[in-house]
Amino acid sequence: MLIKFIEWIGAAVEGVIIGIGKISILLYNVLRGIFKPPFEIKNTLRQMLEIGVNSLPVVLITAVFTGMVLALQSYTGFKRFGAEGLVGSIVALSMTRELGPVLTALIVTGRAGASMAAELGTMRVTEQIDALETLATNPVKYLIVPRFIAGTIMLPALVVVTDIIGILGGYFVTVVLLNAGSRTYMKATWDFLQAEDIYNGLIKAAFFGAAFTLISCYKGFYTKGGAEGVGRATTGAVVYSSMAILISDYFLSAWLFK
Amino acid sequence: MIELKNIHKSFEDKQVLRGVDLQVKKGESLVVIGGSGSGKSVLLKHIIGLLRPDQGTVMIDSTDLLALDEDGLNEIRKKFGMLFQAAALFDSMKVWENVGFGLKRHTKLPDAEIKEIAVQKLKMVGLVNIEDVMPSELSGGMRKRVGLARAIAMEPDILLYDEPTTGLDPIMADAINKLIIEMREKLDITSVTITHDMKSAYKIADTIAMLYNGVIIETGSPDEIENSSNEIVRQFVEGRAEGPIVLEGIER
Ligand SMILES: Nc1ncnc2c1ncn2[C@@H]1O[C@H](COP(=O)(O)OP(=O)(O)O)[C@@H](O)[C@H]1O
Ligand SMILES: [Mg+2]
Repeated sequence: MLIKFIEWIGAAVEGVIIGIGKISILLYNVLRGIFKPPFEIKNTLRQMLEIGVNSLPVVLITAVFTGMVLALQSYTGFKRFGAEGLVGSIVALSMTRELGPVLTALIVTGRAGASMAAELGTMRVTEQIDALETLATNPVKYLIVPRFIAGTIMLPALVVVTDIIGILGGYFVTVVLLNAGSRTYMKATWDFLQAEDIYNGLIKAAFFGAAFTLISCYKGFYTKGGAEGVGRATTGAVVYSSMAILISDYFLSAWLFK
Repeated sequence: MIELKNIHKSFEDKQVLRGVDLQVKKGESLVVIGGSGSGKSVLLKHIIGLLRPDQGTVMIDSTDLLALDEDGLNEIRKKFGMLFQAAALFDSMKVWENVGFGLKRHTKLPDAEIKEIAVQKLKMVGLVNIEDVMPSELSGGMRKRVGLARAIAMEPDILLYDEPTTGLDPIMADAINKLIIEMREKLDITSVTITHDMKSAYKIADTIAMLYNGVIIETGSPDEIENSSNEIVRQFVEGRAEGPIVLEGIER
Protein backbone atom coordinates (compact mmCIF):
# COMPACT_ATOMS: atom_id res chain seq x y z
CA MET A 1 0.00 0.00 0.00
CA LEU A 2 2.64 2.50 1.06
CA ILE A 3 4.98 1.29 -1.69
CA LYS A 4 2.18 1.69 -4.24
CA PHE A 5 1.60 5.22 -3.03
CA ILE A 6 5.28 6.11 -3.21
CA GLU A 7 5.45 4.63 -6.70
CA TRP A 8 2.45 6.69 -7.69
CA ILE A 9 4.07 9.86 -6.36
CA GLY A 10 7.27 8.95 -8.17
CA ALA A 11 5.47 8.44 -11.47
CA ALA A 12 3.59 11.71 -11.07
CA VAL A 13 6.78 13.65 -10.32
CA GLU A 14 8.54 11.99 -13.24
CA GLY A 15 5.64 12.91 -15.53
CA VAL A 16 5.74 16.55 -14.44
CA ILE A 17 9.51 16.78 -14.87
CA ILE A 18 9.40 15.22 -18.35
CA GLY A 19 6.50 17.51 -19.23
CA ILE A 20 8.42 20.60 -18.10
CA GLY A 21 11.42 19.45 -20.13
CA LYS A 22 9.36 18.96 -23.28
CA ILE A 23 7.54 22.26 -22.84
CA SER A 24 10.90 24.03 -22.42
CA ILE A 25 12.04 22.59 -25.74
CA LEU A 26 8.80 23.71 -27.35
CA LEU A 27 9.22 27.18 -25.83
CA TYR A 28 12.73 27.36 -27.26
CA ASN A 29 11.43 26.43 -30.73
CA VAL A 30 8.58 28.93 -30.41
CA LEU A 31 10.91 31.75 -29.41
CA ARG A 32 13.22 30.90 -32.29
CA GLY A 33 10.23 30.81 -34.62
CA ILE A 34 9.09 34.28 -33.59
CA PHE A 35 12.20 35.91 -34.99
CA LYS A 36 12.61 33.83 -38.12
CA PRO A 37 10.88 34.84 -41.35
CA PRO A 38 8.41 34.27 -42.90
CA PHE A 39 6.31 36.02 -40.28
CA GLU A 40 2.85 34.57 -39.94
CA ILE A 41 1.12 37.94 -39.73
CA LYS A 42 -2.25 36.88 -41.04
CA ASN A 43 -2.42 33.87 -38.75
CA THR A 44 -1.36 35.97 -35.78
CA LEU A 45 -4.05 38.59 -36.44
CA ARG A 46 -6.65 35.86 -36.75
CA GLN A 47 -5.60 34.40 -33.41
CA MET A 48 -5.61 37.84 -31.78
CA LEU A 49 -9.16 38.23 -32.96
CA GLU A 50 -10.06 34.78 -31.68
CA ILE A 51 -8.46 35.21 -28.25
CA GLY A 52 -9.14 38.90 -27.75
CA VAL A 53 -12.35 39.91 -29.42
CA ASN A 54 -14.23 36.64 -29.16
CA SER A 55 -13.42 36.32 -25.46
CA LEU A 56 -14.72 39.81 -24.76
CA PRO A 57 -18.33 38.90 -23.80
CA VAL A 58 -17.37 36.35 -21.13
CA VAL A 59 -14.57 38.55 -19.89
CA LEU A 60 -16.91 41.55 -19.55
CA ILE A 61 -19.47 39.58 -17.60
CA THR A 62 -16.82 38.13 -15.31
CA ALA A 63 -15.29 41.56 -14.73
CA VAL A 64 -18.47 43.42 -13.92
CA PHE A 65 -19.71 40.81 -11.46
CA THR A 66 -16.32 40.47 -9.81
CA GLY A 67 -16.16 44.22 -9.26
CA MET A 68 -19.72 44.18 -7.97
CA VAL A 69 -19.25 41.37 -5.49
CA LEU A 70 -15.97 42.85 -4.27
CA ALA A 71 -17.74 46.12 -3.54
CA LEU A 72 -20.67 44.40 -1.90
CA GLN A 73 -18.55 42.23 0.37
CA SER A 74 -16.08 44.90 1.36
CA TYR A 75 -18.81 47.49 1.91
CA THR A 76 -20.80 45.29 4.30
CA GLY A 77 -17.62 44.07 5.97
CA PHE A 78 -15.93 47.45 6.33
CA LYS A 79 -19.08 49.06 7.62
CA ARG A 80 -18.58 47.14 10.87
CA PHE A 81 -15.61 49.31 11.69
CA GLY A 82 -16.65 52.38 9.81
CA ALA A 83 -14.21 52.04 6.92
CA GLU A 84 -16.74 51.87 4.09
CA GLY A 85 -15.06 54.89 2.54
CA LEU A 86 -12.24 52.58 1.45
CA VAL A 87 -14.36 50.33 -0.75
CA GLY A 88 -13.12 52.07 -3.87
CA SER A 89 -9.51 51.33 -2.93
CA ILE A 90 -10.22 47.70 -2.22
CA VAL A 91 -11.95 47.20 -5.53
CA ALA A 92 -9.29 49.03 -7.51
CA LEU A 93 -6.33 47.32 -5.88
CA SER A 94 -7.86 43.84 -5.96
CA MET A 95 -8.88 44.17 -9.57
CA THR A 96 -5.64 45.55 -10.96
CA ARG A 97 -3.19 43.55 -8.90
CA GLU A 98 -4.89 40.22 -8.58
CA LEU A 99 -8.36 39.39 -9.77
CA GLY A 100 -8.21 41.12 -13.13
CA PRO A 101 -5.20 39.16 -14.38
CA VAL A 102 -6.01 35.83 -12.73
CA LEU A 103 -9.73 35.60 -13.43
CA THR A 104 -9.33 36.81 -17.00
CA ALA A 105 -6.55 34.29 -17.57
CA LEU A 106 -8.65 31.45 -16.18
CA ILE A 107 -11.70 32.39 -18.23
CA VAL A 108 -9.70 32.78 -21.44
CA THR A 109 -7.96 29.46 -20.78
CA GLY A 110 -11.32 27.74 -20.47
CA ARG A 111 -12.39 29.18 -23.77
CA ALA A 112 -9.43 29.74 -26.03
CA GLY A 113 -6.99 27.29 -24.43
CA ALA A 114 -9.46 24.44 -24.68
CA SER A 115 -10.26 25.23 -28.28
CA MET A 116 -6.55 25.46 -29.19
CA ALA A 117 -5.86 22.05 -27.71
CA ALA A 118 -8.89 20.55 -29.46
CA GLU A 119 -8.00 22.11 -32.79
CA LEU A 120 -4.33 21.16 -32.77
CA GLY A 121 -5.18 17.73 -31.35
CA THR A 122 -7.60 17.07 -34.19
CA MET A 123 -5.01 18.26 -36.68
CA ARG A 124 -2.50 15.85 -35.16
CA VAL A 125 -4.68 12.75 -35.18
CA THR A 126 -5.97 13.43 -38.71
CA GLU A 127 -2.37 13.90 -39.93
CA GLN A 128 -2.93 17.53 -40.90
CA ILE A 129 0.22 18.45 -38.98
CA ASP A 130 2.17 15.85 -40.97
CA ALA A 131 0.63 17.28 -44.13
CA LEU A 132 1.90 20.76 -43.18
CA GLU A 133 5.39 19.34 -42.87
CA THR A 134 5.23 17.63 -46.25
CA LEU A 135 4.25 21.00 -47.69
CA ALA A 136 7.54 22.36 -46.34
CA THR A 137 5.85 24.32 -43.58
CA ASN A 138 7.14 24.25 -40.01
CA PRO A 139 4.04 23.46 -37.95
CA VAL A 140 5.39 25.01 -34.74
CA LYS A 141 5.91 28.27 -36.56
CA TYR A 142 2.69 28.09 -38.54
CA LEU A 143 0.38 26.93 -35.75
CA ILE A 144 1.89 27.63 -32.33
CA VAL A 145 3.86 30.85 -32.75
CA PRO A 146 0.80 32.90 -33.83
CA ARG A 147 -1.23 31.59 -30.88
CA PHE A 148 1.60 32.27 -28.47
CA ILE A 149 2.08 35.84 -29.67
CA ALA A 150 -1.67 36.47 -29.70
CA GLY A 151 -2.09 35.14 -26.14
CA THR A 152 0.82 37.16 -24.78
CA ILE A 153 -0.48 40.39 -26.32
CA MET A 154 -4.21 39.95 -25.98
CA LEU A 155 -4.41 38.84 -22.36
CA PRO A 156 -2.99 42.13 -21.02
CA ALA A 157 -5.31 43.98 -23.40
CA LEU A 158 -8.28 42.09 -22.00
CA VAL A 159 -7.09 42.78 -18.46
CA VAL A 160 -7.12 46.54 -19.12
CA VAL A 161 -10.79 46.14 -20.00
CA THR A 162 -11.39 43.90 -16.99
CA ASP A 163 -9.80 46.43 -14.62
CA ILE A 164 -11.94 49.29 -15.90
CA ILE A 165 -15.17 47.31 -16.00
CA GLY A 166 -14.51 45.82 -12.57
CA ILE A 167 -14.00 49.26 -11.05
CA LEU A 168 -17.17 50.50 -12.74
CA GLY A 169 -19.04 47.45 -11.42
CA GLY A 170 -17.82 48.29 -7.93
CA TYR A 171 -18.90 51.88 -8.44
CA PHE A 172 -22.35 50.77 -9.50
CA VAL A 173 -22.91 48.63 -6.39
CA THR A 174 -21.41 51.13 -3.95
CA VAL A 175 -22.92 54.30 -5.31
CA VAL A 176 -26.13 53.22 -7.01
CA LEU A 177 -27.26 50.22 -4.98
CA LEU A 178 -25.81 51.03 -1.56
CA ASN A 179 -26.18 54.80 -1.90
CA ALA A 180 -22.67 55.66 -0.76
CA GLY A 181 -21.04 58.84 -2.02
CA SER A 182 -19.80 58.89 -5.57
CA ARG A 183 -16.96 61.31 -4.72
CA THR A 184 -15.75 59.12 -1.88
CA TYR A 185 -15.61 56.04 -4.10
CA MET A 186 -13.67 57.71 -6.88
CA LYS A 187 -11.33 59.43 -4.43
CA ALA A 188 -10.62 56.15 -2.68
CA THR A 189 -9.96 54.57 -6.06
CA TRP A 190 -7.43 57.15 -7.16
CA ASP A 191 -5.80 57.86 -3.81
CA PHE A 192 -4.25 54.48 -3.32
CA LEU A 193 -3.97 53.14 -6.85
CA GLN A 194 -0.49 53.46 -8.29
CA ALA A 195 0.72 53.04 -11.80
CA GLU A 196 2.79 50.04 -10.81
CA ASP A 197 -0.31 48.24 -9.52
CA ILE A 198 -1.67 48.42 -13.02
CA TYR A 199 1.41 47.58 -15.02
CA ASN A 200 2.58 44.82 -12.70
CA GLY A 201 -0.88 43.32 -13.12
CA LEU A 202 -0.42 43.56 -16.87
CA ILE A 203 2.99 41.90 -16.67
CA LYS A 204 1.35 39.01 -14.84
CA ALA A 205 -1.33 38.89 -17.53
CA ALA A 206 1.26 38.71 -20.30
CA PHE A 207 2.98 35.86 -18.49
CA PHE A 208 -0.32 34.02 -18.04
CA GLY A 209 -1.13 34.55 -21.71
CA ALA A 210 2.20 33.04 -22.73
CA ALA A 211 1.78 30.16 -20.27
CA PHE A 212 -1.72 29.07 -21.20
CA THR A 213 -1.12 29.24 -24.95
CA LEU A 214 2.13 27.30 -24.64
CA ILE A 215 0.62 24.60 -22.43
CA SER A 216 -2.58 24.30 -24.47
CA CYS A 217 -0.69 24.13 -27.76
CA TYR A 218 1.71 21.60 -26.29
CA LYS A 219 -1.17 19.39 -25.18
CA GLY A 220 -2.85 19.60 -28.57
CA PHE A 221 0.28 19.32 -30.66
CA TYR A 222 1.42 16.08 -29.03
CA THR A 223 -1.99 14.43 -28.91
CA LYS A 224 -2.04 10.67 -29.34
CA GLY A 225 -4.84 8.20 -29.76
CA GLY A 226 -7.70 9.45 -31.89
CA ALA A 227 -10.81 11.26 -30.72
CA GLU A 228 -10.33 10.06 -27.17
CA GLY A 229 -6.84 11.51 -27.17
CA VAL A 230 -8.20 14.87 -28.33
CA GLY A 231 -10.61 14.87 -25.39
CA ARG A 232 -7.80 14.09 -22.98
CA ALA A 233 -5.61 16.81 -24.49
CA THR A 234 -8.37 19.38 -24.13
CA THR A 235 -9.04 18.56 -20.49
CA GLY A 236 -5.32 18.46 -19.78
CA ALA A 237 -4.81 21.84 -21.42
CA VAL A 238 -7.35 23.52 -19.16
CA VAL A 239 -6.25 21.75 -15.97
CA TYR A 240 -2.52 22.29 -16.40
CA SER A 241 -2.87 25.84 -17.71
CA SER A 242 -5.08 26.78 -14.76
CA MET A 243 -2.63 25.27 -12.30
CA ALA A 244 0.28 27.01 -13.95
CA ILE A 245 -1.58 30.32 -13.76
CA LEU A 246 -2.49 29.97 -10.08
CA ILE A 247 0.93 28.71 -8.97
CA SER A 248 2.95 31.22 -10.97
CA ASP A 249 0.60 33.97 -9.76
CA TYR A 250 1.90 33.55 -6.22
CA PHE A 251 5.54 33.72 -7.23
CA LEU A 252 5.06 36.55 -9.70
CA SER A 253 3.15 38.53 -7.08
CA ALA A 254 5.83 37.94 -4.46
CA TRP A 255 8.44 39.11 -6.95
CA LEU A 256 6.62 42.06 -8.55
CA PHE A 257 4.79 43.62 -5.60
CA LYS A 258 7.54 44.17 -3.07
CA MET B 1 16.77 8.72 -56.65
CA ILE B 2 15.37 7.21 -53.44
CA GLU B 3 17.39 4.76 -51.43
CA LEU B 4 16.47 3.31 -48.06
CA LYS B 5 18.99 1.14 -46.29
CA ASN B 6 18.43 -1.06 -43.30
CA ILE B 7 15.58 0.99 -41.83
CA HIS B 8 14.53 -0.04 -38.34
CA LYS B 9 11.64 1.60 -36.53
CA SER B 10 9.87 0.75 -33.30
CA PHE B 11 7.07 2.48 -31.41
CA GLU B 12 7.43 1.94 -27.69
CA ASP B 13 8.24 -1.80 -27.68
CA LYS B 14 6.50 -2.61 -30.93
CA GLN B 15 8.90 -3.29 -33.79
CA VAL B 16 7.34 -2.16 -37.05
CA LEU B 17 10.26 -2.05 -39.49
CA ARG B 18 13.19 -4.41 -39.00
CA GLY B 19 15.67 -3.62 -41.72
CA VAL B 20 13.92 -2.36 -44.84
CA ASP B 21 16.02 -1.90 -47.98
CA LEU B 22 14.39 -0.16 -50.90
CA GLN B 23 15.52 1.59 -54.07
CA VAL B 24 13.55 3.66 -56.52
CA LYS B 25 15.14 4.89 -59.71
CA LYS B 26 14.34 8.19 -61.36
CA GLY B 27 11.06 7.98 -63.25
CA GLU B 28 10.23 4.60 -61.76
CA SER B 29 6.89 3.74 -60.25
CA LEU B 30 7.34 1.52 -57.22
CA VAL B 31 4.37 -0.06 -55.52
CA VAL B 32 4.66 -1.36 -51.98
CA ILE B 33 2.13 -4.02 -51.05
CA GLY B 34 1.51 -5.57 -47.66
CA GLY B 35 -1.21 -6.32 -45.14
CA SER B 36 -3.00 -3.76 -43.00
CA GLY B 37 -0.84 -2.69 -40.09
CA SER B 38 2.31 -4.11 -41.65
CA GLY B 39 3.98 -0.69 -41.56
CA LYS B 40 3.44 0.57 -45.10
CA SER B 41 2.44 4.07 -44.02
CA VAL B 42 5.29 4.14 -41.53
CA LEU B 43 7.69 3.22 -44.33
CA LEU B 44 6.34 5.96 -46.60
CA LYS B 45 6.70 8.57 -43.86
CA HIS B 46 10.39 7.76 -43.58
CA ILE B 47 10.95 8.70 -47.21
CA ILE B 48 9.84 12.29 -46.62
CA GLY B 49 11.31 12.62 -43.15
CA LEU B 50 8.06 12.67 -41.18
CA LEU B 51 9.48 9.81 -39.14
CA ARG B 52 13.12 9.23 -38.34
CA PRO B 53 14.42 5.67 -38.30
CA ASP B 54 15.95 4.21 -35.15
CA GLN B 55 18.65 2.85 -37.42
CA GLY B 56 19.40 3.03 -41.15
CA THR B 57 19.79 5.69 -43.83
CA VAL B 58 17.50 7.52 -46.24
CA MET B 59 19.06 9.02 -49.37
CA ILE B 60 17.14 11.30 -51.73
CA ASP B 61 19.06 12.25 -54.88
CA SER B 62 22.28 11.39 -53.04
CA THR B 63 21.37 13.72 -50.16
CA ASP B 64 21.33 12.13 -46.73
CA LEU B 65 17.89 13.07 -45.45
CA LEU B 66 18.78 12.41 -41.84
CA ALA B 67 21.74 14.77 -41.89
CA LEU B 68 19.67 17.76 -43.00
CA ASP B 69 18.68 20.61 -40.70
CA GLU B 70 15.17 22.00 -40.77
CA ASP B 71 15.73 24.38 -43.68
CA GLY B 72 17.45 21.71 -45.72
CA LEU B 73 14.64 19.29 -45.05
CA ASN B 74 12.03 21.84 -46.09
CA GLU B 75 13.98 22.55 -49.25
CA ILE B 76 14.02 18.88 -50.21
CA ARG B 77 10.37 18.46 -49.27
CA LYS B 78 9.45 20.92 -52.00
CA LYS B 79 10.40 18.17 -54.46
CA PHE B 80 7.76 15.91 -52.92
CA GLY B 81 4.03 15.58 -53.09
CA MET B 82 2.31 13.30 -50.66
CA LEU B 83 -1.18 11.89 -50.57
CA PHE B 84 -2.16 10.73 -47.09
CA GLN B 85 -4.21 7.63 -46.44
CA ALA B 86 -7.12 9.66 -45.03
CA ALA B 87 -6.30 12.70 -47.21
CA ALA B 88 -5.35 14.93 -44.22
CA LEU B 89 -7.05 17.97 -45.71
CA PHE B 90 -6.87 21.20 -43.70
CA ASP B 91 -10.43 21.44 -42.49
CA SER B 92 -10.22 25.13 -41.69
CA MET B 93 -9.60 25.95 -45.36
CA LYS B 94 -11.65 25.79 -48.51
CA VAL B 95 -10.83 23.12 -51.08
CA TRP B 96 -8.92 25.49 -53.36
CA GLU B 97 -6.90 26.85 -50.43
CA ASN B 98 -5.96 23.27 -49.59
CA VAL B 99 -4.83 22.56 -53.12
CA GLY B 100 -3.02 25.90 -53.39
CA PHE B 101 -1.40 25.77 -49.94
CA GLY B 102 2.10 25.02 -51.18
CA LEU B 103 1.87 27.64 -53.94
CA LYS B 104 0.64 30.24 -51.47
CA ARG B 105 3.53 29.57 -49.12
CA HIS B 106 6.38 29.04 -51.50
CA THR B 107 5.61 31.25 -54.49
CA LYS B 108 4.66 34.88 -54.91
CA LEU B 109 1.67 34.12 -57.12
CA PRO B 110 -1.46 36.21 -56.47
CA ASP B 111 -4.46 34.43 -54.97
CA ALA B 112 -6.47 34.62 -58.18
CA GLU B 113 -3.78 32.74 -60.05
CA ILE B 114 -3.35 30.17 -57.28
CA LYS B 115 -7.07 29.53 -57.37
CA GLU B 116 -6.94 29.09 -61.11
CA ILE B 117 -4.18 26.51 -60.80
CA ALA B 118 -6.10 24.78 -58.02
CA VAL B 119 -9.21 24.57 -60.18
CA GLN B 120 -7.16 23.09 -62.99
CA LYS B 121 -5.56 20.47 -60.70
CA LEU B 122 -8.99 19.60 -59.30
CA LYS B 123 -10.21 19.05 -62.81
CA MET B 124 -7.33 16.65 -63.41
CA VAL B 125 -8.63 14.47 -60.57
CA GLY B 126 -12.18 14.67 -61.84
CA LEU B 127 -13.55 17.33 -59.51
CA VAL B 128 -15.34 20.44 -60.76
CA ASN B 129 -17.16 23.26 -59.00
CA ILE B 130 -16.05 22.29 -55.52
CA GLU B 131 -13.23 24.80 -55.10
CA ASP B 132 -15.20 26.97 -52.68
CA VAL B 133 -16.52 24.09 -50.60
CA MET B 134 -15.14 23.20 -47.15
CA PRO B 135 -13.54 19.73 -46.89
CA SER B 136 -16.04 18.62 -44.24
CA GLU B 137 -18.77 18.70 -46.88
CA LEU B 138 -17.01 16.19 -49.13
CA SER B 139 -17.35 12.41 -49.35
CA GLY B 140 -14.37 10.20 -48.55
CA GLY B 141 -13.54 9.58 -52.18
CA MET B 142 -13.72 13.26 -53.00
CA ARG B 143 -11.46 14.13 -50.08
CA LYS B 144 -8.92 11.67 -51.36
CA ARG B 145 -8.96 13.25 -54.78
CA VAL B 146 -8.58 16.72 -53.30
CA GLY B 147 -5.60 15.33 -51.40
CA LEU B 148 -4.23 14.08 -54.69
CA ALA B 149 -4.73 17.48 -56.31
CA ARG B 150 -2.87 19.08 -53.40
CA ALA B 151 -0.02 16.59 -53.79
CA ILE B 152 0.45 17.38 -57.48
CA ALA B 153 -0.17 21.13 -57.23
CA MET B 154 3.51 22.05 -56.95
CA GLU B 155 4.47 19.71 -59.79
CA PRO B 156 6.81 17.66 -57.65
CA ASP B 157 9.54 15.28 -58.84
CA ILE B 158 8.54 12.58 -56.40
CA LEU B 159 5.04 11.54 -55.46
CA LEU B 160 4.15 9.41 -52.48
CA TYR B 161 0.69 7.89 -52.58
CA ASP B 162 -0.72 6.20 -49.50
CA GLU B 163 -3.54 3.94 -50.70
CA PRO B 164 -4.77 6.23 -53.48
CA THR B 165 -7.62 3.98 -54.59
CA THR B 166 -8.87 2.66 -51.24
CA GLY B 167 -12.44 3.77 -50.64
CA LEU B 168 -13.11 4.77 -54.24
CA ASP B 169 -15.60 3.08 -56.50
CA PRO B 170 -13.99 0.89 -59.21
CA ILE B 171 -14.46 3.43 -61.98
CA MET B 172 -13.00 6.29 -59.99
CA ALA B 173 -10.21 3.98 -58.82
CA ASP B 174 -9.35 3.27 -62.42
CA ALA B 175 -9.40 6.96 -63.25
CA ILE B 176 -6.92 7.56 -60.44
CA ASN B 177 -4.73 4.73 -61.71
CA LYS B 178 -4.75 6.39 -65.13
CA LEU B 179 -3.85 9.70 -63.57
CA ILE B 180 -0.91 8.18 -61.71
CA ILE B 181 0.33 6.57 -64.93
CA GLU B 182 -0.15 9.84 -66.78
CA MET B 183 1.79 11.80 -64.18
CA ARG B 184 4.70 9.46 -64.61
CA GLU B 185 4.63 9.37 -68.39
CA LYS B 186 4.07 13.06 -69.01
CA LEU B 187 6.03 14.58 -66.16
CA ASP B 188 8.60 11.84 -65.61
CA ILE B 189 7.64 11.64 -61.95
CA THR B 190 9.19 9.14 -59.59
CA SER B 191 6.58 7.60 -57.34
CA VAL B 192 6.10 5.29 -54.42
CA THR B 193 2.57 3.99 -54.04
CA ILE B 194 1.20 1.99 -51.18
CA THR B 195 -1.74 -0.20 -51.84
CA HIS B 196 -3.35 -3.52 -51.18
CA ASP B 197 -5.46 -3.19 -54.31
CA MET B 198 -3.61 -5.69 -56.54
CA LYS B 199 -5.46 -4.64 -59.66
CA SER B 200 -4.19 -1.12 -59.19
CA ALA B 201 -0.71 -2.37 -58.30
CA TYR B 202 -0.36 -4.34 -61.54
CA LYS B 203 -1.55 -1.36 -63.51
CA ILE B 204 0.65 1.38 -62.16
CA ALA B 205 3.80 -0.44 -61.07
CA ASP B 206 7.13 -0.78 -62.82
CA THR B 207 8.26 -2.62 -59.73
CA ILE B 208 6.33 -4.16 -56.87
CA ALA B 209 7.82 -4.76 -53.43
CA MET B 210 6.14 -6.70 -50.67
CA LEU B 211 6.51 -5.64 -47.04
CA TYR B 212 5.99 -8.42 -44.54
CA ASN B 213 7.07 -8.73 -40.94
CA GLY B 214 9.04 -5.51 -41.10
CA VAL B 215 11.18 -6.35 -44.14
CA ILE B 216 10.84 -6.34 -47.92
CA ILE B 217 10.50 -10.04 -48.70
CA GLU B 218 10.33 -9.77 -52.48
CA THR B 219 10.84 -7.19 -55.22
CA GLY B 220 10.04 -7.66 -58.88
CA SER B 221 8.12 -6.60 -61.95
CA PRO B 222 4.33 -7.07 -61.84
CA ASP B 223 4.78 -10.28 -63.85
CA GLU B 224 7.39 -11.65 -61.50
CA ILE B 225 5.23 -10.87 -58.48
CA GLU B 226 2.15 -12.40 -60.05
CA ASN B 227 4.08 -15.60 -60.68
CA SER B 228 6.17 -15.51 -57.53
CA SER B 229 7.19 -18.78 -55.96
CA ASN B 230 7.22 -17.25 -52.49
CA GLU B 231 4.23 -18.70 -50.64
CA ILE B 232 3.66 -15.52 -48.65
CA VAL B 233 3.62 -13.33 -51.77
CA ARG B 234 1.35 -15.79 -53.56
CA GLN B 235 -1.11 -15.85 -50.71
CA PHE B 236 -1.24 -12.05 -50.62
CA VAL B 237 -1.62 -11.38 -54.33
CA GLU B 238 -4.22 -14.10 -54.69
CA GLY B 239 -6.03 -12.79 -51.63
CA ARG B 240 -6.43 -16.10 -49.82
CA ALA B 241 -7.16 -16.40 -46.10
CA GLU B 242 -5.36 -19.77 -46.03
CA GLY B 243 -1.59 -19.80 -46.16
CA PRO B 244 1.55 -18.97 -44.25
CA ILE B 245 0.52 -15.38 -43.38
CA VAL B 246 -0.69 -15.33 -39.81
CA LEU B 247 -3.62 -13.05 -39.19
CA GLU B 248 -3.49 -11.84 -35.62
CA GLY B 249 -6.51 -12.82 -33.60
CA ILE B 250 -8.13 -14.92 -36.30
CA GLU B 251 -8.26 -18.60 -35.43
CA ARG B 252 -7.94 -21.13 -38.19
N1 LIG C 1 3.02 7.36 -34.59
C1 LIG C 1 2.83 6.10 -34.19
N2 LIG C 1 2.94 5.78 -32.88
C2 LIG C 1 2.78 4.51 -32.46
N3 LIG C 1 2.51 3.48 -33.27
C3 LIG C 1 2.39 3.72 -34.58
C4 LIG C 1 2.54 5.04 -35.11
N4 LIG C 1 2.38 4.99 -36.45
C5 LIG C 1 2.14 3.68 -36.73
N5 LIG C 1 2.14 2.93 -35.62
C6 LIG C 1 1.94 1.47 -35.57
O1 LIG C 1 2.72 0.88 -36.56
C7 LIG C 1 2.04 -0.18 -37.18
C8 LIG C 1 2.04 -0.01 -38.68
O2 LIG C 1 1.19 1.06 -39.01
P1 LIG C 1 0.94 1.54 -40.51
O3 LIG C 1 2.23 1.85 -41.16
O4 LIG C 1 -0.05 2.64 -40.44
O5 LIG C 1 0.29 0.26 -41.19
P2 LIG C 1 -0.24 0.13 -42.68
O6 LIG C 1 0.63 -0.90 -43.31
O7 LIG C 1 -1.64 -0.36 -42.58
O8 LIG C 1 -0.14 1.45 -43.34
C9 LIG C 1 0.65 -0.22 -36.58
O9 LIG C 1 0.61 -1.27 -35.66
C10 LIG C 1 0.52 1.10 -35.89
O10 LIG C 1 -0.25 0.96 -34.74
MG1 LIG D 1 -1.44 2.75 -43.94
